[in-house]
Amino acid sequence: MKRAPVRPPRPRKLPKIAVWKFTSCDGCQMSLLDCEDELLALAGQVQLAYFPEATSTEVRGPYDLSLVEGSITTPHEVERIHEVRRVSKQVLALGACATAGGIQALRNFMRQDDLTKMVYASPEYIETLATSTAIADHVQVDYELRGCPVNKKQLLIAIQTMLSGRKPTLPTFSVCLECKRRGNVCVTVARGQACLGPITQAGCGALCPNWSRGCYGCFGPSESANLDQMRATLRRCGLTDDEVVRELRRFNAGAKEFQGVRP
Amino acid sequence: MTARTIHVDYLARVEGEGALTVVFQGDQAKEVRLDIFEPPRFIEGLLRGRDRLEAPDVTARICGICPFSHQLASSLAIEQALGVETTPGIRALRRLVAAGSWIESHVLHAFLLHAPDFLGYPGALEMSADHPELVKAALKVKKIGNALCAAVGGREIHPVNLRVGGFWRAPRRDELVPLLPDLAWARDAVAGLLPTLAKLPFPSFDRDYELVALSHPDEYPFFEGRLTSNKGLDIDVADYDQHVVEEHVQRSNALHSKLKGRGVFHVGPLARFNLSYEKLAPAAQAAARTVKLEPGVMNPFKTLLVRAVEVIHCLDEAVRTIEGYQPPPSGFVEIPKQAGSAGWAVEAPRGVLYHAYATGPDGLITRAKVVAPTSHNMEVMEADLFHLAPKLARLEHGAATRLAEQAVRNYDPCISCSTHFLTLKVERGP
Repeated sequence: MKRAPVRPPRPRKLPKIAVWKFTSCDGCQMSLLDCEDELLALAGQVQLAYFPEATSTEVRGPYDLSLVEGSITTPHEVERIHEVRRVSKQVLALGACATAGGIQALRNFMRQDDLTKMVYASPEYIETLATSTAIADHVQVDYELRGCPVNKKQLLIAIQTMLSGRKPTLPTFSVCLECKRRGNVCVTVARGQACLGPITQAGCGALCPNWSRGCYGCFGPSESANLDQMRATLRRCGLTDDEVVRELRRFNAGAKEFQGVRP
Repeated sequence: MTARTIHVDYLARVEGEGALTVVFQGDQAKEVRLDIFEPPRFIEGLLRGRDRLEAPDVTARICGICPFSHQLASSLAIEQALGVETTPGIRALRRLVAAGSWIESHVLHAFLLHAPDFLGYPGALEMSADHPELVKAALKVKKIGNALCAAVGGREIHPVNLRVGGFWRAPRRDELVPLLPDLAWARDAVAGLLPTLAKLPFPSFDRDYELVALSHPDEYPFFEGRLTSNKGLDIDVADYDQHVVEEHVQRSNALHSKLKGRGVFHVGPLARFNLSYEKLAPAAQAAARTVKLEPGVMNPFKTLLVRAVEVIHCLDEAVRTIEGYQPPPSGFVEIPKQAGSAGWAVEAPRGVLYHAYATGPDGLITRAKVVAPTSHNMEVMEADLFHLAPKLARLEHGAATRLAEQAVRNYDPCISCSTHFLTLKVERGP
């Protein structure tokens, strides 16, 4: 088989994209690799200057667009996110971790010492912050993409829009609207199933109701989410107060709308 | 004497953050260290006090590459803890979704992350300039794997349709049957690509591993069976804790595993292939024979070929399952709210993945334990580098660094899972 040429061809002058990982599961950057059809096309339009999970190529900054996955959970990450901001013209925060601290922000509601001892036998080796926080809590972010994980189509739209110098205008309304458009029967009205659709931002295409389950809120709070009404509805679906709190405190527990949720 | 240091800031094309150090004394390795600095996420601790039914949705978030494996392991462990048995229909759908997730994960790793090592490219996108057909075919097969995952699981990453007890809704026949032509095409396409892959320059490097994998009496193992090895280990998964010990070492946020009284072991495609070869689909066995890949293969670099063979198996099994598919009457069985505890192991794409849970009478989780394949393989990755040292010592600096990274990449290490990224530092002493 043909082997790589000794000297790679000089890259053309294309917009430079970098992908950075902080505390996360990798799922959001995997979404980019999952754009199978669009990936080669995208690779022809941009220079993937730094994307270690896909390529060993490393092109120095500054970068036109940085995609940032993950939340900030260690002292080192606090420093690193400022470095990323300094070398990036625009920053796009990807997913629940980068926009709300992710599932690991559940620690914000627990005592860190207890948590570390639960998992690691020798907690003195572990260096971590007591909280998991969003990228925008540390540096200025140009746009936030919601979701756990982000939606592939939204990701491509955001990248293309931002590279053309505009701000994406993705919907901020609730999953309910997407669900109605899809023609789903409302799982709460028809079956009394608990569903976070009324307070969750659209973007997934109302996936869960299509699979006969209520929305579990992985896209985080929608604009002007009415939490009191949601709590009352969840109670009517038979959830206890504790269960309501767990529903609202999951992948986006650190979102400011949810921070005040108390049992 | 001059000390020589090779330093790579970020081991690329692995899932996660870590560092690698090899210290040489002459042509021997004095010290080998795989350091993991992926920040800890405390998922096991966060599960305490959550409902048992939340475990699959929370543990999926351990890893965006193998969420299906974590969902299956957590669901099966909790079902075992609460004495629940599911139905043959649910089992068939679970095998189907496991197959889909192996296809997606293996194709990404073998063709797009690992193959560039052998051909000297920094990544698949760069490789696509000279090998467009290979990269296009790989992306297409990966897409087909993802389509299967989404058709059963509702979403490729962090699927929404899997739950404790089965599936929120069993897919309709008309949601699966349209996948058949693509799945059959992909099976033949990968079999057709295998001879090309077999011509890659594999370093000669045979090791004497204790290979550990689940073994099922009749089937290639996805999520059932006894935990067995090529050196006589044969235990019930319920006894996992008595045989596998975890150590927390200072340099790493991942826990390292060993077999009690036996030591280092190797999990993943190579172990499964060697232990369950005769249970591979005839199409997969035939493809393996065309490239002379047989049980007894102990070269970790050849896991690339084994992954391709497993992909053929998964595609073949998916075709057969969908052809005969009738949706089960119910997608799931009800899960009681009660106290219980149990552990369960599944074969994730990267090898044995173990989950254990205890619940209280209120159905809330009181204890959770997750041991990922990369934790199981941490020691053997270091051992491989030890054995590779004389070869590394003979190579010039850049080539040695690349080969050391490649040796780690043989394991498709998923550091997100084991707690993610590698920095390679080779220190050369006298």
